[in-house]
Amino acid sequence: MSISHTLLALLEHGPCHGYDLKQAFDARFGHDRPLHYGQVYSTLARLLKHGLVEVDLVEPGAGPERKRYAITTAGVTDVEKWLAQPERPESYLQSTLFTKVVVALLTGRDAAGVLDVQRAAHLEAMRELTRRKTAGDLADALICDYAIFHLEADLRWLEMTTARLGRLGQEIRS
Amino acid sequence: MTPLMSARGLIKTYGATVALDSVDLDIQAGEILAVMGPSGSGKSTLMHCLAGVVRADSGQVRYGETELTTASDARLSALRRREFGFVFQFGRLVPELLCLENVALPLRMEGVRRREAERRAAGWLERLDVADCAGKRPGQISGGQGQRVAIARALVTEPRIVFADEPTGALDSLNGELVMRLLTRCAAEAGMAVVLVTHEPAVAAYSHREVVVRDGRIRTGTGVSR
Repeated sequence: MSISHTLLALLEHGPCHGYDLKQAFDARFGHDRPLHYGQVYSTLARLLKHGLVEVDLVEPGAGPERKRYAITTAGVTDVEKWLAQPERPESYLQSTLFTKVVVALLTGRDAAGVLDVQRAAHLEAMRELTRRKTAGDLADALICDYAIFHLEADLRWLEMTTARLGRLGQEIRS
Repeated sequence: MTPLMSARGLIKTYGATVALDSVDLDIQAGEILAVMGPSGSGKSTLMHCLAGVVRADSGQVRYGETELTTASDARLSALRRREFGFVFQFGRLVPELLCLENVALPLRMEGVRRREAERRAAGWLERLDVADCAGKRPGQISGGQGQRVAIARALVTEPRIVFADEPTGALDSLNGELVMRLLTRCAAEAGMAVVLVTHEPAVAAYSHREVVVRDGRIRTGTGVSR
C-alpha cells in the first residue's frame, strides 16, 4: 500500500495535524499494522518537500509547536493520478508451494500430504478471517473478504494440483 | 465427550464404484462440521449414510440408541422427520403453498395443530429475516429468500442435526454469505449440530472443523470441535 498517497488522500478530506492523521489512518486502514509516528512525520516531510502538502496553521503549545497540514492543488492531482493508475496484477509464478510439490514428487515423498497440510492451514486462516468478518463492521468485512478471496484462489490451485498429481509425477520422473 | 453421532468403517459401493471406503467420523453436539471434497469424492454419499437416507453396505452409524444401518424404515423415517433437518442446494419448497405453510409443513406432518404450527413457523421466518415472505408463494420471492425459507423449514422442528448439502450452491456471494451467517447463528443459538457439505472453502470457513473426502476416504482435517 502506498502510505504517502493514503495520507495525502486523508488530507484531501480535510486539513489535519500529524497526530490526528495517524489516528485517521489507523482507524480506517491500520487493521493489522498501525503506523508509527516516525513514518507519519517522515512522509509528511517528503510530501512538503515535493509541494504536495503545505503547513496551513502553526499553533504554539507547551512542547514543540503543532503544525496543521493541508493538501495542495499538486497534491490533489497526485491522488487523482494514483487512483486512476491500475495496480500491477501479481502473478506469483515463483510460488514456494509449486516448488514444494515438485520437490516432494522428485524425492518420492507424499506430495498429496504436502498439499493437504497446506489446504488445512489455508482453511484455518479463512476460518479466522470469517470470524473477524462476522464480528466486525462493514469496513472489516471488506478487508477480510479481500484476504478470503485470495486464500480461496490458492485453495483452488491446491485442489487442481491435487487432482493433477498423478500426471505431474509421471512428467517429472520421465 | 460422547459424540452425538458416530460412524465406523462405512463402506458404500455403487456397482464397481467405491463411493465410501471405510470411513470413520464423529459428530459432536452443537458443532458445525464441513464435509469437503471434489465432485464425485463421496461427500454426498457420506452425508446420505449419516442422515439415514442411504444404507451403507457395511459399517455402523450410531445415533443415540439407534443403529442406522440396521434400523427399520419406519424408525429412519421418524428420525429424519423429528431429529434431523435438511437443507438442499435448491430450496425444494412446495410451489403451491405459501412460504409460511411450507415452513409449518414438517410440524403439521407431526400432528401439530395448524395455529400452533404457523405461529412457530412465523417465529423462524422472523429469525431468518424473511418474515415478509410469509404470505407469498416460493415463485414470488428471490433465490436467496427462498433458501432462507428452506432453512426455516429445516429448523422449525428444532432438530439435533441439520444436514445441509451445498446450501449456497445456487446463490451469489453476498446472498451465500447472508445464508451462512443466519444458518450458523440460528444453529448455534438452538444448540443444533450442522453437517455442511460443500466444495467452497469460503462456505466451509463458517465451520468449527472440516474433513476432506477424497476417493471415498477421509483425508486430513483441521479445526476444533466444540
